[in-house]
Amino acid sequence: MTDIATKGRVGTLPTLPRRTDGLSLAALLFAGFCVLCAWGATRTIAGALDHLQIARDAAWSTFFFLVVAATAALFLPAFRSWSFSRRAREALSQNNIVEARIDAAAAREWSYITFGWGAAALVLLAFASFIMANNAGVGRTFFYLPLIAEKWDLVVLAFWNNIKIFVIAEILVLIWGLVVAIARLMPGPAGQPVRLLAIAYCDVFRGLPAVLTLYLVGFGLPLSGLPDLIIPPIVGLFVNFDGMTAAQIKQYTRIPLTWYCILALTLTYGAYVAEVYRAGIESIHPSQWAASRSLGLSYLQTLRYVIVPQAVRRIMAPLLNDFIGLQKDTALVQVIGVVDGFNQSRIIASNAFNLSAVTIVAILFVLITIPQARFVDRLVERDQARMRAAS
Amino acid sequence: MAFLEIREVHKRFGPLAVLRGVDMSVNEHQVVCLIGPSGCGKSTLLRCINGLEPIQGGEIKLEGDRVSGPGVDVNRLRREVGIVFQSFNLFPHMSVIENVTLSPMKVLGFGRGEARDRAMALLSRIGLEAKANEYPDRLSGGQQQRVAIVRALAMEPKLMLLDEITSALDPELVSEVLNIVRDLASQGMTMLLATHEMGFAREVASKVCFLYDGVVHEEGPPDKIFGSPDEERTRAFLKRIIEAGRL
Repeated sequence: MTDIATKGRVGTLPTLPRRTDGLSLAALLFAGFCVLCAWGATRTIAGALDHLQIARDAAWSTFFFLVVAATAALFLPAFRSWSFSRRAREALSQNNIVEARIDAAAAREWSYITFGWGAAALVLLAFASFIMANNAGVGRTFFYLPLIAEKWDLVVLAFWNNIKIFVIAEILVLIWGLVVAIARLMPGPAGQPVRLLAIAYCDVFRGLPAVLTLYLVGFGLPLSGLPDLIIPPIVGLFVNFDGMTAAQIKQYTRIPLTWYCILALTLTYGAYVAEVYRAGIESIHPSQWAASRSLGLSYLQTLRYVIVPQAVRRIMAPLLNDFIGLQKDTALVQVIGVVDGFNQSRIIASNAFNLSAVTIVAILFVLITIPQARFVDRLVERDQARMRAAS
Repeated sequence: MAFLEIREVHKRFGPLAVLRGVDMSVNEHQVVCLIGPSGCGKSTLLRCINGLEPIQGGEIKLEGDRVSGPGVDVNRLRREVGIVFQSFNLFPHMSVIENVTLSPMKVLGFGRGEARDRAMALLSRIGLEAKANEYPDRLSGGQQQRVAIVRALAMEPKLMLLDEITSALDPELVSEVLNIVRDLASQGMTMLLATHEMGFAREVASKVCFLYDGVVHEEGPPDKIFGSPDEERTRAFLKRIIEAGRL
C-alpha cells in the first residue's frame, strides 16, 4: 500500500475533462446552417408552386413557417450544450473537477443530439428540394398526382397478377426447396447419385439469372410442343373432347403463361431455398440426431419430427429474404409477355410520357413486404415465447 | 451366457484408436459401472453398443444375438437399449410430455391417449407430472435429465446405458438424478453406466470396470476395485480421484 502511495499513484488529481467549448460552438453553427437550408428549401418549393400556378395561400405560408421553425428547434439542444460547456468551464475554474466532468459530458451529449437530428433534417430537406427543384421537375415526373389518381386501379389490377404468381410460387418453393435439401443430405453410398443430382440442380438454377430461366421456360417449353403432348391426354381423362377439332383441343388445354412464370420462379428460388433449408438442418447439433436415433426413430422420422421443425424455426428470417427476392422478380415476367403491374405501368408511362404510374407499382412492391416482415417477426417472437413461457 | 457381451471391440476415429479390444459382459439385472480417465473411451463404448457409432473390429451381442456390424436393424436394437446422455439432449421444440411420447407413438405405435397416460405415470414416478406441458428451457438441469431418463424408459428398454448423466449438473442437483438410477437398480433394470461419481458407483454397482487406454484394464466387484485394486494404473487413477475429494 505505502509502496504504491509513494509512487504517487494514489491521491493524484482525477482526470481533467476534455474541453467542450469547440463542440458546443460547432453545434450552434450547425443549427444555424440547418435553418438556412430549411429556408432555402421553402424558397425552392415556393418557386415550383408559382411555376405550377398553385396559389400560395395562408396554409402554405404556415407550412413554410413550420418547416423553418421545426429546424430552428435544433437551437434548443445546441444552446443547452453551450450552457453546459460554460458551467463546466466555471466548475473547472473553481477546481470542482467532478462537477466539470459531469457538465462536460452533458455538453457533449447535447451537441451530439444537435448533430444527429440536424443531419436527419438535412437529408429530408435535400429530398424535398430534389423533388421540387427545376420547378418540380422531379415531382412531376414521378409523383404526378392526376395521372396516379386516374390510373392507379389499372396498375393495382395488373399487380394482382404478381401477387398470384408469387403466392403460388412461394408455396411450391417451400415444398420443393425442402425436397431438394433433403435429397442433398441423403446419407450413404446409395444417396450419392441423389446428392449429386441435387447439387447439380442447385448449381445450375442458382447460377442462371432468373430472367433467363423465365425466358427459356416461358418461351421454350411451349415452343417445344411438349405441353401439347402431355396435357391433352391428362385433361382428356376428365373432359369430353368429342366434336372438337385438334386446334380447338390445343386451344382448350393450353397452359396459361402465368403458370410457366410460376414454374420458372419455383425452379430458380427452389435452388436458393434448398440451400437455406440445408444450412438450417446442418445447424442443428448432432446430439439431437443421436438422441432421436437412440430412441429408435428412423432417419426420416428424425428429420420429420426433430430436425426439420427446429431448422425451420431458425431459417424464418433468411427464408423471408428469399421470398421478398421472389416477389420482386415477378416484375420480370413481362419478358414473356405476361401483363404484370410493372408491364402495365410501363404502358401507361409511355402513353402519358410520365413515370408516375411506375411509382405506383414501386410503392405496391414495398408495401407488400412490410406486413410480411412484421408477420415473421411476430411468428419468431411468439415461438420463442412459447418455448420459454410456462403453459 | 451374459445378457450383453462385448468381445474384442475396436473403434477408430480416423487415425485415432479409441477402443483397442474391449472385452466385458453385463448380466441381466446387473448394474455395471465404467470408470476411467477422460478420453479413455467410456462414452464411445456406450455409443457403440447403441449402434450410434459403427465398430471396426470385434462384436457386441445382446441376449446372444449379434447387434454390431452390417445387417443389424439398429432401429429395432434401440428399442431394446435406451441411452441417456451427459447433455440431456431433450428436444427443445417439444414440451416434456411430447418429448416422452414421441417415440412410443412413432416407433411402438401407441395411440396418443395411451402414450400420454403411460408418460404421465412415468413422470409422476419422478415427481414431474406438474411439468408435463413445460418446455425443456424452463426446467433445471436436474429436471431435464430426469425427463431424459423417463424418455428413454418410455420405450421399456431391457438395457439402459447412462453416459455420465450427472457430469453436466450443478452439485446440488446430482442426487435427484442418482436417486432415480438407484430406484431403477432396485427394480432390477440392467444398466451399464459411465460415471465419475465413485461413491455412487461403489454403492449401486454389481461390477466395476476400469477402462484405460481403450481396454478394460481391470474389473471386479466394487469393494475390490475401490478397496484393493490389483493394477498400478487403477491405483493411480483412484488416488487422483481421492485427491480431488470425489471418493
